Amino acid sequence: MNCRSEVLEVSVEGRQIEEAMLAVLHTVLLHRSTGKFHYKKEGTYSIGTVGTQDVDCDFIDFTYARVSSEELDRALRKAVGEFKDALRNSGSDGIGQISLEFYQKKKSRWPFSDECIPWEVWTIKVNVVNLVSEQERQICREKVGEKLCEKLINIVEVMNRHEYLPKMPTQSEVDNVFDTSLKDVQPYLYKISYQITDSLGSSVTTTMRRLIKDTLAL
Amino acid sequence: MDTDLSSQDRKDLDKFIKFFALKTVQVIVQARLGEKICTRSSSSPTGSDWFNLAIKDIPEVTHEAKKALAGQLPAVGRSMCVEISLKTSEGDSMELEIWCLEMNEKCDKEIKVSYTVYNRLSLLLKSLLAITRVTPAYRLSRKQGHEYVILYRIYFGEVQLSGLGEGFQTVRVGTVGTPLGTITLSCAYRINLAFMSTRTTGEDNGATYPSVEDSQEVCTTSFSTSPPSQLSSSRLSYQPAALGVGSADMGYPVIFAGGLNAAHPHQLIVPGKEGGIPPVLSQPAHGTQADHERMAMCTPLDGALYSAATPSSSEDTETVSNSSEGKSGSPHDLLETIFVRKVGAFVNKPINQVTMASLDIPFAMFAPKNVELEDNDPMVNPPDSPDVESPLQGSLHSEGSSGSSTGNTHDDFVMVDFKPAFSKDDILPMDLGTFYREFQNPPQLSSLSIDIGAQSMAEDLDSLPEKLAVHEKNVREFDAFVETLQ
Repeated sequence: MNCRSEVLEVSVEGRQIEEAMLAVLHTVLLHRSTGKFHYKKEGTYSIGTVGTQDVDCDFIDFTYARVSSEELDRALRKAVGEFKDALRNSGSDGIGQISLEFYQKKKSRWPFSDECIPWEVWTIKVNVVNLVSEQERQICREKVGEKLCEKLINIVEVMNRHEYLPKMPTQSEVDNVFDTSLKDVQPYLYKISYQITDSLGSSVTTTMRRLIKDTLAL
Repeated sequence: MDTDLSSQDRKDLDKFIKFFALKTVQVIVQARLGEKICTRSSSSPTGSDWFNLAIKDIPEVTHEAKKALAGQLPAVGRSMCVEISLKTSEGDSMELEIWCLEMNEKCDKEIKVSYTVYNRLSLLLKSLLAITRVTPAYRLSRKQGHEYVILYRIYFGEVQLSGLGEGFQTVRVGTVGTPLGTITLSCAYRINLAFMSTRTTGEDNGATYPSVEDSQEVCTTSFSTSPPSQLSSSRLSYQPAALGVGSADMGYPVIFAGGLNAAHPHQLIVPGKEGGIPPVLSQPAHGTQADHERMAMCTPLDGALYSAATPSSSEDTETVSNSSEGKSGSPHDLLETIFVRKVGAFVNKPINQVTMASLDIPFAMFAPKNVELEDNDPMVNPPDSPDVESPLQGSLHSEGSSGSSTGNTHDDFVMVDFKPAFSKDDILPMDLGTFYREFQNPPQLSSLSIDIGAQSMAEDLDSLPEKLAVHEKNVREFDAFVETLQ
């Protein structure tokens, strides 16, 4: 099975990085999260309810809907914050990319550790621009808002192709497919990593992994 | 073919489609209420949340949707449509979007109804939640309030896209294949927001009038949330209407096309928001709808924007006065509000204070009016007042002339006489109310006022040499002081 890969590109001002990334990541995760599974004795399961809430951006003329889960929001904000700091500290060039990868765990026999097999990767390439005047910033607010609208439409289009999704797991397998650590929603297993390109053009791989389950320790 | 579908599956599918349609309408209408939506996730299933999504059901909306469906389901040739339109306070309306839930003949026989179709419908609803925040009407709906409101209308049958104007864009939210056909959810949205006054004749939006071109020239703002953008976006007014750049391109001039909704749109108003309607909307209100609500028009963003609108508005005031027989109050209101914008408040106030202050008694302007003062009283001989003031003065006087301001016919406040509790008239006819009004704002600088300013200026100039001599004598003191500062 091949991993599906989608790439989005945005040009934003420094202070817009976080909101733009959160808007895209939350939209993807909205589509890739379900309610909590409650398995019953007969092997069937019921699914909890996913709530949504609107988020207004402060630096972009844009509003997006995200899953109502503070834990999920915190996790994404942490990852995006680290990405933003790395991007800002890398120098004036300001090019980087952040990736959201959905994967499945495949249990291997001892002594081999479990494999993480990605099935969908969303990559957002970010180009940070520096603006001088307030008027330019104002125009940037609107333009980035429009661009994000286009990106969201692209995301929705991909989501509705109904391509590969992992099969719904049995109770014993659920942790190989879903992140069950959150208390109110259940996204597919995911990890976020980023790369910053320095001014020389070479890829200085500063990779941060956010591991849901401590797979390497098994 | 129905024979391939078990009866249970068929029943389930019909139920899914029905509730999907109802939830679709809820999501769309709630996204146009003008407020942020927030629902909670719940880990334990309640059993009443269709498609595992927390979407509230507004009873009125469900009722309207059920009424439109009338027991039917979306099928081939029978689509469920939600029309979102905008209606201004003057009665003009314009269709902004048509959301269509359609069914085509392409069937997917293999798909599992109770599982796959259900989950895909759930995904489609999530996509709808995302897309409803992305189309241009969302930002408009967030700013609805006094100047305009957003309305919805649900209908079932043939999709009618003609009301969206030229060059409308379409965005597809998604599709779900079922054994009975493929469900498609899409949105067609207007991008040409040119205002066409079709109110007099009730024609379709396609008709153009001379006022269209005028208003396009004076188009001023786009609906961006932050005020500075409204100045910089005047450049957008010359973009072509049919923007084929992006599917969600929001760079359009916002001047309204007046469309008339044939049916009766429903309105869910969330009060208390300021809109961003440009002053060019002060066009003649020849509403064929009997809409007598004259809501206050917004203030222009700055003088430049307003003066750009003047050519069309002056033409408009003529037509207003000519044609609005039925609305006796309206041309007056129009003039009144225009006047308020043209002349800043309290413009004459310093003149008041100047002439009376020369009498050197406190609150002199409210002293009993003496005959000898009449000649100096600028209220009696107003200096350089524009002609348009006179009808307004008439209206102002009728409201504010009673009570304390005896000779002061040019009241700054257009309000009923303010009689605070426990106040009584003293020797000077200055009561608490007048005092309050008088000192509500800081007084004008005396040097800025005309007569006193001129007098004191002359005196100042005369005394200048003396003052200089004194200061020169004290040079050493000043130097010492300066040194202490360093």
